[in-house]
Amino acid sequence: MSLAIARVSMPAEARRGAVIDIKAIIRHPMETGYRPDSMGRRIPRHIIEQFWVTYGGTEVFGMDLTQGVAANPFFAFSILATETAELVFTWRDDRGEVFTVTKHLTVTE
Amino acid sequence: MKRLTIAALLVIAATAHGEARTSGTELLSDALRAQQIDEAANPGMLWVAEGETLWQAPAGSANSSCASCHGAAAESMRGVAARYPQVDSRSGILLNLEARISRCRTLNQGAEAFAFESDALLALTAFVARQSLGMPIGVAIDGPAAPFYAEGEAFFHRRQGQLNLSCAQCHDDNVGRRLRGDTISHATATGYPVYRLEWQSLGSLQRRLRACSLGVRARQFDYGAREYLSLELYLAKRSEGLAIETPAVRR
Amino acid sequence: MTTRRGAIIATLGVSVFGLPRATIATPQMRDEAIAAITSGAPVGDGRVTLTIPGIAENGLSVYTTVAVDSPMTAADHVRAIHIIAEQNPIARLVTFRLGPRAGAAKVSTNIRLAASQHVTALAELSDGSFWRDAKPVVVTLAACVDGG
Repeated sequence: MSLAIARVSMPAEARRGAVIDIKAIIRHPMETGYRPDSMGRRIPRHIIEQFWVTYGGTEVFGMDLTQGVAANPFFAFSILATETAELVFTWRDDRGEVFTVTKHLTVTE
Repeated sequence: MKRLTIAALLVIAATAHGEARTSGTELLSDALRAQQIDEAANPGMLWVAEGETLWQAPAGSANSSCASCHGAAAESMRGVAARYPQVDSRSGILLNLEARISRCRTLNQGAEAFAFESDALLALTAFVARQSLGMPIGVAIDGPAAPFYAEGEAFFHRRQGQLNLSCAQCHDDNVGRRLRGDTISHATATGYPVYRLEWQSLGSLQRRLRACSLGVRARQFDYGAREYLSLELYLAKRSEGLAIETPAVRR
Repeated sequence: MTTRRGAIIATLGVSVFGLPRATIATPQMRDEAIAAITSGAPVGDGRVTLTIPGIAENGLSVYTTVAVDSPMTAADHVRAIHIIAEQNPIARLVTFRLGPRAGAAKVSTNIRLAASQHVTALAELSDGSFWRDAKPVVVTLAACVDGG
């Protein structure tokens, strides 16, 4: 597990059955593998390939990324508030590095 | 931290031409402006977050952190970025915010200097500048700052390079007109370090000035050059009254 | 990148990513990418709304939102949303995997566009049907060649 410079923005509390908006962003070059460096050599591809969210241990949202996603990738999506539990946000890049952020959601009646 | 208000964005800087100067933010598309204002979507905030961590991290032979002397940044750094660049009273050198932070790091913390454009220096600079969000820029150009300001003003108005262009010819005489896909701004540097889509990264004002020099095919000065520092002071005076927006998002 | 190379790039029409135009995707690759996802099933127009600027400020980051009209229940929901380009080195840019626990079928991200082109949003529903929306985007170069 590597140290992520990542931010997840979501409410700490929600009513059961509410749809909550989540925004997630992580620092990553998403290097395409097409760009030449100053010496003309190809800079190797280095991208985040997958992002997923588990809620109380179950995966509720996921993404498959390519170099067609911008650097420092930003995602906005939603989750149905069902139970008080932890949400774990995980990014995995093509070098096998994994970054996570954990958030707690309190669900009221 | 309060969001940048419409009122703050509308604070105007008076010009010699008699028209109000504005921030480049006004020239952004709605989508890009929304991205800048939304802390959760603004990629520059990733560096501000890193800066917040660095602020607390002990470093150097003194094993002290920024917080050890300066306490909570939200209080001690409030308004600081709005007064830079300024002349260091002890040495007589003109310092921008990056230079002040680097100086503190080496002289007071006894740590290794940050490299220009390193993530760490960008992060700390963005974090410190963020503490002045919404506050009006106001720099001193009298006393020891006067010769630097005069140099910066002369640079801005001097024709340079293969295209024989001065900054003023675009950024005073042709503001609002289109140059290929861009609209020419007033060159008010209110949001630096800035997240520039072209860089895919946060970058300093000097990085942008070097790109400008290259763009008009003029000589590019090194990072930390007196020419750019003096120009930064002139640009800050041009931006007087405009609100700090760090980290801004630009094309 | 020097300004001279920048001038050459501008005149030869090389894409933002620095590739000669011959190696970037075509509408055919887009259609193949869509067929690979749908296994040849028909794609309906509608139910999907792709929101993307008509003129991109910079091809390196184009804010894109896809919304699908769906109740997002266990019986009737969006399984996946794909964003597909026709003038990029690869056609399928990103896939969002949803389900009833997403609550709503509205997603956003920033994509990279190598050149002016049509962008397609393809939605896969739980009943096996596919729906699409497509919009044209003009991608411009920055005014002054940056060079870093």
